[in-house]
Amino acid sequence: MSYALSLRCRKCGGEYPLQAQNLCDFCFGPLDVAYDYKAMAASLTRDKIARGPVSMWRYADLLPIAGEPVDLGTGFTPLTRADNLGRLLGLEQLYIKNDCLNPTWSFKDRAVAVAVTKARELGFTTIACASTGNLAASVAAHAVKAGLKSYVFFPSDIEQGKIVSTAIHNPTLVAVQGSYDKVNHLCHRLVEAYGWGFININLRPYYAEGSKTLGYEIAEQLGWRSPDRILAPSASGLLFTRIWKGLNELSMLGLIGPVNTHMHCVQAAGSSPIVNAFENGTLHVLPVEPQTIAKSIAVGNPADGNYALKAARESGGTAASVSDDEIIEGIRLLAETEGIFSEPAGGVVIGALRKMAKSGIIRSQDVTVACITGSGLKTQEIVSDSVRPVTIEPSLQSFESMVCVPNVTAASD
Amino acid sequence: MGIRRVMFTFPPERIDQPVIYNLGLKYNVVTNIRRADVTADRGWVILELEGAEEDIEGGLAWVAGLGIRVDPAAGDALEG
Ligand SMILES: Cc1ncc(COP(=O)(O)O)c(C=O)c1O
Ligand SMILES: [Zn+2]
Repeated sequence: MSYALSLRCRKCGGEYPLQAQNLCDFCFGPLDVAYDYKAMAASLTRDKIARGPVSMWRYADLLPIAGEPVDLGTGFTPLTRADNLGRLLGLEQLYIKNDCLNPTWSFKDRAVAVAVTKARELGFTTIACASTGNLAASVAAHAVKAGLKSYVFFPSDIEQGKIVSTAIHNPTLVAVQGSYDKVNHLCHRLVEAYGWGFININLRPYYAEGSKTLGYEIAEQLGWRSPDRILAPSASGLLFTRIWKGLNELSMLGLIGPVNTHMHCVQAAGSSPIVNAFENGTLHVLPVEPQTIAKSIAVGNPADGNYALKAARESGGTAASVSDDEIIEGIRLLAETEGIFSEPAGGVVIGALRKMAKSGIIRSQDVTVACITGSGLKTQEIVSDSVRPVTIEPSLQSFESMVCVPNVTAASD
Repeated sequence: MGIRRVMFTFPPERIDQPVIYNLGLKYNVVTNIRRADVTADRGWVILELEGAEEDIEGGLAWVAGLGIRVDPAAGDALEG
């Protein structure tokens, strides 16, 4: 059952029906889904949610969709204790939310599942998106499942693995020569010119809501409580704001206690407009020209940057950036301690986690959740220098002369 | 005729200049400001432009040439 009532302008409060629209006609403020929280609270219980599907759809009542979801099996990804990494960093209660384990290997499936479900409800036959790579794959895959056509637009210099994992679903692939911000500009023109459902433009209010489920899951998996700290990477800033919103909704609905979580927004130093604003103590998120290996989060003019900034401040959190070298180190550290292979966005998270643990911002007892939002399998080229096999002939002698095995006594028979 | 919703982000040296007025004058586009925040050293304006497509394009190129960043209106830069 859906409790969504309308779209409401965050600036002037103007109301619109639940249609494909992201800006208020009057003041051009962003639109958000408004819900009947009173009715929602009366019907939702922890038990009811826990009895639901082992996927993001256990929270369907908190999402703006009416009918059957377009379901690839997204969500309810593992929240694993990261004791090895924690020991190294001096953190005793560190968790990894492993959102690599979604159908197209990134958290974007959460947002796209809701937006595509809504697109189908609204009668769209073609969907599209402006993407830094992960969104493209998710949109193409969901389009197939929903029986819709798709067009995906991305900067031509993104990683090959992102392009291949999108192309395999056979969308119309459009590589745009320019930065993501240029792709985004173009897509804003296309929204006006074609009647398509652009997942992150005219369907953005629905897309945004899907990301809340990451916050819900963290709380449920911790035994219905919000952690002391969450670290999440920001591009447009949307995910970060929606994790925060998700936790606060659960609290408002009486499903968890008060939220005392400090939200830490992390970005790559080469694309950190939100962090810059945080550090300068200003409310202005000034656009930048991105230059970083973390291409998935290289967004120079973040549409929800100001709201992410607000969430970091309001929660008593921080915003931090890490260099490209620290991103690579972060990817390696996570892989070598916890067995999780992340893309650069996760390297940013681990790099920042390490700094914050060292500087004492995160204390050893804090229940800390690091969100790993996309898989390293799509961005292998940036760590391909890890591959240094010892090449041998298929004989015991060759093995023993080439491979140094420390402190082993050979078996006696 | 076309309509475009855009956001201009001004560098400090352009804050005190009548850019939007001149845009309307030079390119024959109707400029309709919806929201703005301008302080002594920085500012942004969200506005709607109405005019012939080529005039809008020409006007936006002219604005960008002044060092003013032009983006589609989406979300926003400042919580008012
Ligand atoms: C892996 C990954 N993490 C995080 C993000 C940040 O998303 P948002 O635009 O919601 O800030 C993205 C965006 O593309 C992404 O691909
Ligand atoms: Zn409004």
